[in-house]
Amino acid sequence: MVERRPLLTFIQHAVLILGAAIFVFPIYLAFVASTHTAQEVNTGIPLLPGDEMWTNYAQVLGEGLSTVGAPPLGLMLFNSAVMALSITAGKIAISLLSSFAIVYFRFPFRVLAFWTIFITLMLPVEVRILPTYEVVASLGMLNSYAGLSIPLIASATATFLFRQFFMTVPDELTEAARIDGAGPMKFFRDILVPLSRTNLAALFVILFIYGWNQYLWPLLVTTDESYYTIVMGIQRMANAGEETPQWHLIMATAIMALLPPVVVILGMQRLFVRGLVEVEK
Amino acid sequence: MANISIDTIKKIYPGGVEVIPGLSLDIAAGELCVLVGPSGCGKSTLLRMVAGLEEVTEGEIRIGGRRVNDLEPAARDISMVFQNYALYPHMSVFDNMAYGLRNRRMPKPEIRTRVDAAAGALGLEGFLDRKPRQLSGGQRQRVAMGRAIVREPAAFLFDEPLSNLDAKLRVKTRVEIRALQQRLGTTSIYVTHDQLEAMTLADKLVVMHAGRIEQVGPPLGVYERPATAFVAGFIGSPPMNFLPGEAHTTGVRLDNGVDIALPGLTGGRVDLGVRPEDLHVDPAGPVELSVRVVERLGATANVHGRLAGTDAEIIASLSGTDLPAPGDTLRLTAGAGKWHVFDAAQGIRLL
Repeated sequence: MVERRPLLTFIQHAVLILGAAIFVFPIYLAFVASTHTAQEVNTGIPLLPGDEMWTNYAQVLGEGLSTVGAPPLGLMLFNSAVMALSITAGKIAISLLSSFAIVYFRFPFRVLAFWTIFITLMLPVEVRILPTYEVVASLGMLNSYAGLSIPLIASATATFLFRQFFMTVPDELTEAARIDGAGPMKFFRDILVPLSRTNLAALFVILFIYGWNQYLWPLLVTTDESYYTIVMGIQRMANAGEETPQWHLIMATAIMALLPPVVVILGMQRLFVRGLVEVEK
Repeated sequence: MANISIDTIKKIYPGGVEVIPGLSLDIAAGELCVLVGPSGCGKSTLLRMVAGLEEVTEGEIRIGGRRVNDLEPAARDISMVFQNYALYPHMSVFDNMAYGLRNRRMPKPEIRTRVDAAAGALGLEGFLDRKPRQLSGGQRQRVAMGRAIVREPAAFLFDEPLSNLDAKLRVKTRVEIRALQQRLGTTSIYVTHDQLEAMTLADKLVVMHAGRIEQVGPPLGVYERPATAFVAGFIGSPPMNFLPGEAHTTGVRLDNGVDIALPGLTGGRVDLGVRPEDLHVDPAGPVELSVRVVERLGATANVHGRLAGTDAEIIASLSGTDLPAPGDTLRLTAGAGKWHVFDAAQGIRLL
C-alpha cells in the first residue's frame, strides 16, 4: 500500500474528496440556508453563504419561534442535553453492572438472564413503544426528564459489549485481586472499570448520539413545550401549519442541533478510536 | 514462616471428575517444596486449593496450624506468583505492589518502605512509575515477585512462574528465586512441569501423576532411587532407558537373551532401567546397541539406538571425541548400583 504512483494517488484523493463532498453537501446547504433571509431561501437555496447569519442565529437563540409553538433554542438544547446525558450515563451504569454480574457471578438462571437481555437487542424502541407509553403514563412521568430518559436506559447492546470485554480479561487478574484482598465491588471499581476506559469512551459517544437523536419517544411523552427537545423543535417548526415554514430559521436550528454531538465526538475521538480498534490488556 | 499441612484432600469437579483422589503432604516451615508432573496431573489444582482459588471437596489444609479450608485467599496469609504474572495493566509498578497492602489498610509510610525495599531487592528501583506494558518479560516477572514479597506472607505459591521467559533468563531467574527464598526463609510451594527447574530449586521434590503423589523426597534422592517407573522416566534428561526382561534369582534376562547379574530378585516380568549418563562403552558390556542417530551437545553426545535383537529404544550419554557413527554397533555397560528394576505391570521399584 505504499506504492508511489502519481496516478494512483490522484485517483485515491479524487475518490475521497468526492465521497467527503457527498456527505458534507447537505450540511453545507443547511448552513448556507441559515445565512439568508426567508424570501431568498424560499425562492431556491443559493449556493453561497449570505449575510443574514447573525440576525437568524440571534433570533433562534433569543426569542425562538413563538408563532409555531417552539420554545427558545437554549431551552431545547438544554432539554436534549439532559436527556442524552441521562440516557448515556444510565445505560453505561446499568450495563456495566449487569454484565459484571453475568460474567463474574454464578447464580441460578444466569444464562437465562443473559439471553433475556440479549433477545431484547432484537426489539427496537418502536415495537414496545405503546406498552412503554402506558407504563410511563400510569407512573405520572409524562412531561418530565425522568419520562424522557428512564424508559430508554435499558441497553442490551452495551451489556453485550461489556460482557464480551469482561470475558477477555484474564482470570488470573481476578485471582490476583482476590489474593490482594479486593472484594467483588473493589475489584470492579479498582480494576475492571479502569480497564474498560476505552470501551467506556466509545460507548459514551455512540450512546450520546443515540440519546440526542431520539425523535419518536420525546414526541410522545412531552406535550409541555418546556420539555421539548431540539429534534422535536425542528419538527414543530417544519410543520408550521398554515404558514410557510421559515426555512432559514429551521436550518439555523439544525446547525445548532448538530454542534453538541460534534463536540462530543471531537472531544472523545482519540479514546473512541482506540476503544474500537484496540483491546488493551 | 509457617508449615503447611495437607491432609487427605480430595478434589472432585461438579460432574464427578475426580482430579485429586485423596492426597496428603507436609511441608516444613521455610522449606521450598516443588510439585512436578506432566500437565493434567493435578499439581496446579493442588496449589490453587492451597491458595483458596479452588474449593476443597474433602480433607483439610492447614497453614501454620490454622485450618484454612473456608478462608478467602486474602485471609490465608499467602501470596501467589502467576504464570502470566497477572499484573494490573493500568497501574504503575508501585501501585501493583502496593495494591494488596492498601487493601489491608496499611499506613502509607509503611507501604512506601516495604515497596522500596522489595524494589531494591529485585532491581526495580528505576521502574516504579512505569506501567507493566513498558517493561520486558523479565522485569514483569520481577514485579510479580515483588508483589508477592511485600506482603511478607506465611507462604509463597508459585504457579509456573518462569515458563513465559526465554531459556537464558529462566536459568538466571531460577537462581534469583532460590536465593531470595533462602534469604527470606519463607515456606514456598512451587509448581512446574520442568524437571530441571524442579531438581535445581527443591528442598523437597514431589512428583505427581494422575492426581497422586508418586514420590516425595530430596531431589537427589528421587533421582538416584526413583520409587516408580513413572518417576524414573520423568526425572532426568534424557529420560531413563527401560529394557524389558524376565527376573530370576540371579538377575534379569533381557528379551534378547542377554543376562545381567542382579541378585535379590524373585521372578516375573520386569523393566530394567538405566540412565543414559550411567551407560559407558565397554567391549565386554552386556548391552548391545545399534546406533541410529548421534546428537552432539558439545560436552557430551546422546547416542540413540535400539537394543540389539529387540525394538527397545536406548539413549546413551557419552563423552569424549571417539563417537560412533549411525549404523555402528556399540557394547555398553553400567556400574553396579546403577541398574533400577521395576515391576513391568505395576511400575513399582523392586531393586
